[in-house]
Parts: sequence; C-alpha cells; structure tokens
Amino acid sequence: MNNASPFLETETASRVTVTFAGAPLDLPLGANLAAALLTAGVGAFRQTPVSGAPRGPFCMMGACFDCLVEIDGVARQACMTEVTAGLQIDRPHEGDHDAG
Amino acid sequence: METDYTLIGGGVVGLSVAWGLLKRGRTVTVLDGDDGSFRASRGNFGLVWVQSKGMNQPRYAQWSQGSAALWADFAAELGDATGQSVPLEQNGGYDLHFSEESLQETVDKYNVLKEKLGGDYPFEVLGHNALRKEEPHIGPKVVGAILHHQDGHANPLQLLRALAADVRRLGGRVLTGKTVSRVSKPDSFRVTCEDGTTVTSAKVVLAAGLGAATLGPSMGFKAPIRPQRGQVLITEKLPKLINRPSLIARQVDEGGIQIGATNEEVGLDDRVTQPGLSGLAADAIAAYPALAKAQLVRSWGALRVLSPDGLPIYQHSATMPGAYLVTCHSGITLAAAHARLLPDWLEGTEAAPDLEVFSEQRFAVS
Amino acid sequence: MTRVDLAIIGAGPAGMAAAALAARQGLRVTLLDEQPRAGGQIYRDVDRAAALRGDLLGPDYTHGATLTAALKHSGVDHVSGAVVWAIEEGFALSYTKDGRGAQVMADRVLLATGAIERPMPLPGWTLPGVMTAGAGQILLKQSGVLARRAVLVGTGPLLYLTAAQMLRAGTPPLALVETATRSDLLGAMRHLGGALRGWRYLLKGLGLLAELKRGGVKRHVGATGLAIEGLARAEALSFSAGGKSHRIACDTVYLHHGVVPNVQAARSLGIAHDWNAAQACFLPRLDIWGQSDVPGIYVAGDSAGIGGAKVAEEAGRLAALHVAQAAGRITQTELDRQAAPLRATLARERAVRPFLDRAYPPCPEALAPADATLICRCEEVTAGDIRNYASLGCVGPNQAKAFGRAGMGPCQGRYCGLTVTALLAEANGQTPDATGYYRVRAPLKPVTLGELAQMDQTAQDAAE
Repeated sequence: MNNASPFLETETASRVTVTFAGAPLDLPLGANLAAALLTAGVGAFRQTPVSGAPRGPFCMMGACFDCLVEIDGVARQACMTEVTAGLQIDRPHEGDHDAG
Repeated sequence: METDYTLIGGGVVGLSVAWGLLKRGRTVTVLDGDDGSFRASRGNFGLVWVQSKGMNQPRYAQWSQGSAALWADFAAELGDATGQSVPLEQNGGYDLHFSEESLQETVDKYNVLKEKLGGDYPFEVLGHNALRKEEPHIGPKVVGAILHHQDGHANPLQLLRALAADVRRLGGRVLTGKTVSRVSKPDSFRVTCEDGTTVTSAKVVLAAGLGAATLGPSMGFKAPIRPQRGQVLITEKLPKLINRPSLIARQVDEGGIQIGATNEEVGLDDRVTQPGLSGLAADAIAAYPALAKAQLVRSWGALRVLSPDGLPIYQHSATMPGAYLVTCHSGITLAAAHARLLPDWLEGTEAAPDLEVFSEQRFAVS
Repeated sequence: MTRVDLAIIGAGPAGMAAAALAARQGLRVTLLDEQPRAGGQIYRDVDRAAALRGDLLGPDYTHGATLTAALKHSGVDHVSGAVVWAIEEGFALSYTKDGRGAQVMADRVLLATGAIERPMPLPGWTLPGVMTAGAGQILLKQSGVLARRAVLVGTGPLLYLTAAQMLRAGTPPLALVETATRSDLLGAMRHLGGALRGWRYLLKGLGLLAELKRGGVKRHVGATGLAIEGLARAEALSFSAGGKSHRIACDTVYLHHGVVPNVQAARSLGIAHDWNAAQACFLPRLDIWGQSDVPGIYVAGDSAGIGGAKVAEEAGRLAALHVAQAAGRITQTELDRQAAPLRATLARERAVRPFLDRAYPPCPEALAPADATLICRCEEVTAGDIRNYASLGCVGPNQAKAFGRAGMGPCQGRYCGLTVTALLAEANGQTPDATGYYRVRAPLKPVTLGELAQMDQTAQDAAE
C-alpha cells in the first residue's frame, strides 16, 4: 500500500477506522469509499480473476466494476459504497470460502 | 457441384458433423445463421452427460456413453489443432436430491437401466456425509446424490470456437449470416438462402436446430421439434467452490458458477424473467448455501431443441435421397459421436452406427 | 406490490425534471436512482457540494440545486440507492436496495439513465491511476478530491473544464494532451452558423484555454501514439505531437473523448437503436416525445442521445407531459401548449451539437485500437482477438462474445460494446447497424443470488 497518496483531500470530516486487506485505515465518515481509499493511498483495489492484473477505480459512477472490493463476503463497487465505522474491506475473493 | 456436403446449420451439431466429414476427406459447405439467431450452441449448460438419459431407451444411454467416451480424445485433437484448449473435466457428475424418496426412486430407475445395459452404468449413491467430503460447500438440505462416473462437463463456447476455427483450417467453406429459404434437388442439391446465395452439393445435412422444424417438411422430414426455454444464470468468477457438476450448478473453468435451468414451454421466447431467475437462485442456494453471497453477472434464456420423446433424430429423407436430418437436445454431449461416428452413417459405410431407434418412424402419424 | 403511473430510472436532470413535472400533473411517480442523493453525474451531490465548492464548480453545476429542490417538494417517491436490474413487460421493475430485492409495477417507464464515458482503449488504460475525466469530476464534486500529478488526455470541452477547475483548486494538471487537431476546430467553425449557443460554447472554451495558458498548463494538440506506461500503476503518458516524442511522468491519467448514451436498460427492453455517425454511437429510436417503439417506454436525457444537461432537463419534461396526456391528466391541446416552449429551448440547445461533434471528434486510435490493446477490461480481450473472431465468421458482437468472452464480465459490455461493434464492422466490411450490438439482458447490474432468491415466490409462500 502506497501511503504517499496521489490524491489531495480538500474536505475535513470526522474519521472512522476501517480495515482494508487487514490493515487499519482512518477514512472520512460517510465518504465515497472509492474516493476515500484513493486518498488514503490505495491505488490497486484488486487483482483481476483473469490475469491477476491490478485494478483501481476507473469510472467512479458504478459502470466499470474495476473498483470491486469485498465487504461481508460480497463483491461490492467501492464507488457505490459509503464509509461507515468498522467497515472490513478486502480484496475480492482472495480468502478461502468458509465451508458453511 | 461445389462440395460433397452442405451443412445447414453452423452450431455445434453442424460443425461437429462437418469436422468429421472433413477429417475423412469430404468437402463441405456450412451455412450459418446471423448474430441474432436462436443458438442453443451459445446458451447450453455445457454438460457432457450420461445419467438420466435413455431411461426408456437404453440405446440412447449407450449412444451418450459412447460419445462421452470419445470426448477427451476429440477435445484434445481440437485443442492441438487450434492451439487453444477445449476445457473438459470427466470426473463424474451428481444428481442432487433433497428428499430420500426422490433419491431412492431415481436409484431404482438407474438400476433397471443398468441391467438393460449389461451392467455398464457406473454410479454410486452418496449420503449427505459422503457427499460433503466430496463437496465441502454442499448444503444441509441435500440428503444425498447419485454420483455417475461417466459424467462430466466442458466449455461449450470454446468447443464452438474451436470447431469454427478447425473446420476452416481443414478447408471447410463456412458462410455466415445466411438464412436458408429453400432446398431443392433437380439432380444434385441446390440450397438457396434469403440473400440469394445458392450452394450446390451431393448431399445435405439439416442441422439447423429449431430451424429444422420449418425447413424439414420441404425435405421429406417430419421434424417434430419444438423449443423449450431454459433460463440459465452465471455468477462472477469465484475461487473453487464446486468440484463436480450437477444439473443444478457447475463451476466453469473460468471460475463462474453456472446455474440451470428452467423448463418452460413458451414458444420462441428466449427472454429471462424475474420469477425464473429467483427460482433458480433459490434452488442453487439450497444446494450450495455459500452462493447466497455470489453476484449474478449474467443470465440468459436459451431454447432447447426437443423432439417429442427428447431423443435425437437421425433420419435419411425418403423423398429427397441424400438429405439427412440431424437434430438433438444434447449437442455438447453428442459432439464427439457426431464428429467421430456420424460420418460413417452419412457415408453409408460398413462401420455405420445403428441409429434405427433414432429414426422418425417412432413418431406415429396421428 | 406498488403500482404507479410512471417509474423513472435515474435522478439526473432528465429524471428529476420529469418526475417533478409528472407529479405536478397528478401522476403517481416513483423515481429509482442508484446514488444516495439526487443529481445524477452532472449534478452529483449538488445539495451538499454546492455550498462547499460551488465557486470552484461554477453556476452550470449549482443550477442542479433548483432541480433537486423541485424534486424534494414534488411528492415523488424518490427511492435512492436503488439498483434496477430488470425491466419486464407490464412493466415490472426489479431492483435492489440495502441488500434486499424489491419490485415496482408501472404503467409507463422513463429511462433517464444518462451517459457513460466513451470507451477509450489505449495501451495501459486498465492500470490503476488511469481514470475517466468524468471520474475526476465526480471525485471533485462529491468528495472534494483532486489528483496532484495528473495528465488529461483526449478531446472535448470537459477536459478544459476539468483542467481549469484543477488549476483553480491549486493542483493544475501536468499537461493537457489533446488528440483533436487545430484543423478539427477550424473545420467545425463552419457548423457554428447562427447558433448563438455555439458561439457561447466556443468563447467559453477559448476562455478556459486562455486561463490554462495563464496558469502555465502545458497543452499539446494532435497527439498520436498514445500509451500509458507503468507496471503496477500508471507512471507516465507517452505520445507524439508536433513532430516530437513526449513522455510525461505522472500518477494519474484522466481520459476523455466524449460521452455516449448508457443504453443498457433500453437495449434490455429490445428497443430499436440506430447508428448515429455524427455522435459515433447507437441511439434509441424515439418519437418526438421520447417514446420508443416499445409503447409506454420513454427515453430522455443523454441516454437518448448526447445533448447535455439542459437538453436532458427539457426532454425529461417533454416525456413527462406526454405521459400525463396518455394517462388522461391533460388534454392534447394542453400538451401542445406546454410542449411548445420546451421544444424551443431544445432546438436552441441542440443547435450547438454539430459544432461540438466536429470540433472534438473521438480519438481515432481509441476507436480502432492496435491488436495488442485490451478492449474488454473485465475479460481482458484484445482488439486483435476480436479481429480474429471476425475471421472465424463472427458477423456480430454476440457470436464474438461467445467465442472470446468480450462483454461477459461484470460491466456487461458497457466499456467494450461500441469498440467490439466498430472492430467487427471494420473487419467484416459492414455498417455498425448491420453489425449490431450486444443483446443486453437482466441483470442490468449484478445482484446477489441471495437477493434474487429472497424474491422467489415459493420461498415467500413457504415463509407465510
């Protein structure tokens, strides 16, 4: 994870702690998750299931599905998700499925 | 005469037959439809499947078994020839059951068939716990499964692509975007398309799927086939979740879970419906509860090509000698038989398989 | 199940204006929108952001607040965060909100699904750090987030606007790399004619360019050989312009060469579409009210053809009026009377399109990418693959999709559809119309199997 973010944040909002791929991050509460992760220095959100190539947000409007992350075991578009306290975010489908 | 054969239909059935004919030195022209044609070759479930077939006609079970046995070699040859593999797994497949009664009922039927086949019907019954060892994600509602060792699944789209590529490589002439309007036989066959294209050949094979229902009668066939809609779902690509395929779900080689399929008599309507999709999703989750969190990315309705008894039809025309009807529901399972065995039947050689039970004589005039 | 007179998909300018007007005419209206707050992409989050950075974003943006205000007081049932994934005859709209599936029945439906960026497949366009200029706009509007070291690439007024906003915010782009040439602009001047709006656009564009020049933003025109370099993320843009090779190190690349209608919903309903050469995209076939050849289904705004926010707003109102008349709320005379001023505005606003289409043509090397360039981001299919499928007999995108998976991924062809049609049309020597487009089916957006299953009737019966 690159913490020298290529993105500049101009708003100040109260922050909450989430985890991304197991690492804690402080993100603005209620922010667009994709924007918040980018600003926190996360560039690659996932690896493609086809070639393993890294991908990050592309369209920011829910059309391209490149910003997919996993929340509660479900692949979600980060750009269509709001930051809430305690959110556990993973790269999609990297862990094993529970045999449940 | 331009070629020995004209194949009407460029789907998996037509291309498999064309490929087999080319392999034995025949020349072929394949007439394929347009981008929007009803194409079972694009919409099918991809099983190479033996169990449950031919419960009332052991010869159909045998024909399917024969094709399944030829499949690996057939797929390997296509893969080598085109440089792109045709993924195939033949490690057995399940018939999943949600009640002890339905499981037992099916086992009884299989035993009857097994006897008729002289014992060549290798299946075993797995109770819930035994099944769970094989399929860790199986749900508690599944009481057990019949594991049939001759079953498997393939990538049907890669089969279609490989056939399209190799038929061309072998010198087959393939014309796409064609709708055949007329077949006549002044001396040799003349096949005319809506756009005015005419091709001539010594023989014609009608392998046009549902299109055979309209063209067939003019060529001396009953062609009593009808569409039956199957809605199919496919999820996002997932880590390994399902090992062996079943009629409910299979994990394709690219990673998605394919879920099938409805059986709907709705004519030529290939749309999907919310009730159809929801019902299939509910069944799949009952079998594999982890699927509840999987994202559905695509769904489609495809039209099965069904004869009244569900069996294939292989018929030589009485009124137009040299014209053959080849149609079936299981074009993927039977692809290897169509490629390797059917050419002998079309050519009338000694080695021709006995396909008498698949003739149209079984459809009584009502 | 809820049954309404009119269901509208999309709370951008077309959807908001239509909803408010239809409700005022006494219609029962449900407005379904994916975003948490109304505005669409053009007025994204305007209610919150206008106060924070309205100065930066300008009056064209803050105008959106008038629409959100009108919507708020209209009595429209605005369902935010609703992802519509199926529209069936009747009309039954299936959607997901907060992880639950739901349905609404509507006598008529207005699709106001807006635009997406025209796909711009260039070498390296899938690398993290490469985004659309629209994405940059959304980052700024909704989140107040700016790229520190960005290069803007492509063509069109949005690039100028984005660059100027970045400059004003103190993070000017490293460069503006335009694929359009000076002769494109000069040639387009002929199309200005008497269109006053056109001259305003032109002057606005020139004003922005002057501002960028004063701010020291480097500008290149007629750029070719574009490629984004980098292994794990975008590191530089390389290109040729003015007879020289250039390489600009950067962290972010914003791509843009116009927007195209988001046709997923319209296509899923089987609405007829025609190729529009001037806009280089398919447009739904509509009557003068925006009604399609599927009776009861209307399309307005950029999803009906790119016209911009003002056109969208008035076209939305026009469709709503027609729905009101069809539902017996207003007479034909009243319809015509109220439609006349809307049509006048539409004509005025649309007069500028020929100029814009000519001045900022799509980037040629992104319309016909090199063989090695990925054109389907989801399934990682290259332009060369598609050309190969054409040689294997694929006359249209659906057979090519079966052969090579382009369009099968989660974006469902949104970012490869036009490219695949163009590549096949070129390879087969056919028109885009004859080549056709993907058959779009439900789900319009992915939906979990759990959400689907929970709508299963037998499951519901069992639970009752």
